[in-house]
Amino acid sequence: MRTLLILLRKEFLLFSRDKFLPKIAFIFPCMVILIVPFATTMDVRHVAVAVVNHDPGTLSRKIMASMDASPYFTLTPVHSQPEALEMVKDGKADVILEIPSQFEKSLATGHPEAPHISANGVNGIKGMLGAQYVSTAAMQAIGSYMGMSGEGKVTVNYLYNPTLNYRDFMIPALMIMLLIMLCGFLPALNLVSEKETGTIEQINVTPVRTSVFVLSKVIPYWIIGLVVIGIAMVLAKIVYGLWPAGSLWAIFLATAIFILVMSGIGILIANMSATMSQSMFLTFFVVLVFVLMSGLITPVSSMPHWAQTITCAIPPRYYIDIIRALYLKGTSVAGLAPQYLALTAFAIVLNVLATLTYAKKK
Amino acid sequence: MDNNDKVIQVTNLTKRFGDFTAVDSISFEVGRGEIFGFLGANGAGKTTAMRMLCGLSIPTAGTASVAGYDVGRQAELVKRHIGYMSQKFSLYSELTVKENIALFAGIYGLSRREIKDRSQSLAKSLDLGEEMNMRVGILPMGQQQKLAFSVATIHNPEVVFLDEPTGGVDPVTRRRFWELIYQASAAGTTVFVTTHYMDEAEYCNRVSVMVDGQIKALGSPAELKQTFNAASMDEVFRALARNATRNE
Repeated sequence: MRTLLILLRKEFLLFSRDKFLPKIAFIFPCMVILIVPFATTMDVRHVAVAVVNHDPGTLSRKIMASMDASPYFTLTPVHSQPEALEMVKDGKADVILEIPSQFEKSLATGHPEAPHISANGVNGIKGMLGAQYVSTAAMQAIGSYMGMSGEGKVTVNYLYNPTLNYRDFMIPALMIMLLIMLCGFLPALNLVSEKETGTIEQINVTPVRTSVFVLSKVIPYWIIGLVVIGIAMVLAKIVYGLWPAGSLWAIFLATAIFILVMSGIGILIANMSATMSQSMFLTFFVVLVFVLMSGLITPVSSMPHWAQTITCAIPPRYYIDIIRALYLKGTSVAGLAPQYLALTAFAIVLNVLATLTYAKKK
Repeated sequence: MDNNDKVIQVTNLTKRFGDFTAVDSISFEVGRGEIFGFLGANGAGKTTAMRMLCGLSIPTAGTASVAGYDVGRQAELVKRHIGYMSQKFSLYSELTVKENIALFAGIYGLSRREIKDRSQSLAKSLDLGEEMNMRVGILPMGQQQKLAFSVATIHNPEVVFLDEPTGGVDPVTRRRFWELIYQASAAGTTVFVTTHYMDEAEYCNRVSVMVDGQIKALGSPAELKQTFNAASMDEVFRALARNATRNE
């Protein structure tokens, strides 16, 4: 126990003397939370719509006026379909809306001619969402013109994230990415740098127990990780008004377990690598798989079946479930018990492996 | 010398890495308080042999006991009773002198009071004043080496292993370093030292010369010079190393 305290003191002294690490460890999270949510929004705005209007009636002008008023669209009237296509080719339009010449009249007959919407599929998301927006906007304009009250209209009510704000979805994801980076990379780099400078040899020749030494490498990042998450949460509250709907201690409990998982992985990687570049490459690979395969960016449920099976072996998957549920839904810990248990199992297995693979002698 | 006084006993110690035999069945004994020079050309297997004696490397065959413990089966017990100073300078250069002393003394289980006392006596013997609160990394090389030696012996180990401790410093500084070695030896610590400097070999009580993983000569410098009919240890070494097939 005393040895552990002595080693921890050493870690904190070294961390605080480092000219680079303390700054990075705290500034980097602030930057990520403050800047990235603004930049990575998936809400599509300013969809450029080329309108080919063949109908001289008032309805088509109403549709155009209502769309023009919305921040989602930038309208350009053109004379012909080929002209509109040319605009799409030049990248000046994302969506073409073509209104047939008998459109307004046909509505009255009960056999309406449909407006034609075509979207540029090169930028898939913008095209798809843009076409959806255009059709919704047109439907709304038509509905209000015909005096429909809402009868027969389909409405979608998004639960838990009522405005479907991409940011609310993104910010917890960013916090998780921060932890994956900080608590995975830093312990690995720290341990490998001791290998490179040779100080680890001096420790290995002392009677320090492996488990104590590994703990002395894990605990500092445990504390740093919890502090970083705290900062990120406060920032998210101040800047975006986003605060967890669920209990705070449940979030910190999950975070504490998750950091152990990540630093266990970091130490395993350090044990496997002899140089900084080896460990960097390995960590980068792991981080990439974690970010892309854990449901952080694309939902696990929309992955192919085999990929879903793989995600079961990716620890952040469970942490993401927990954090999203706590942040947006306010689920209770009991409701998330399987995820907590899975994370704990990973934490134990990985840290035991990290201790066993740490070779004091060869 | 009775058996109790043999602090290091090595019998047919061997280390192979795949097909390569780095250390080829070496045997020798070192007595308490002795300064034992472990010589050999680069790649002769000195460092590998020393790492086995320190419990950092598991022997492929043969046995060795250090301070009464078997290096293969009781490596952690061996580690309590030895000090080690590696080729690479390996104190924490971002920590101050005091912090390094406190760290390693603490790891070896010295009490807070003992750490303070040792710290003060080291400051005196190494002639360190304000430097005690300076980062180790900015001290001159010679001082770093003396400090590393003092830290390696902070817990009064029975044996201290020194792997080329004086690489890259001038003769005067080396001479001062050897004064520390003599003091430790006089206090009863056995010193096991590898070196490339033949003048240092002359300072040892006994030396062994390793060639291609085997010990080719063992004895006091005077004995070896007589056997090889040489004027200096330098000549002895050349005569032996000439036949080496490994280089680097």
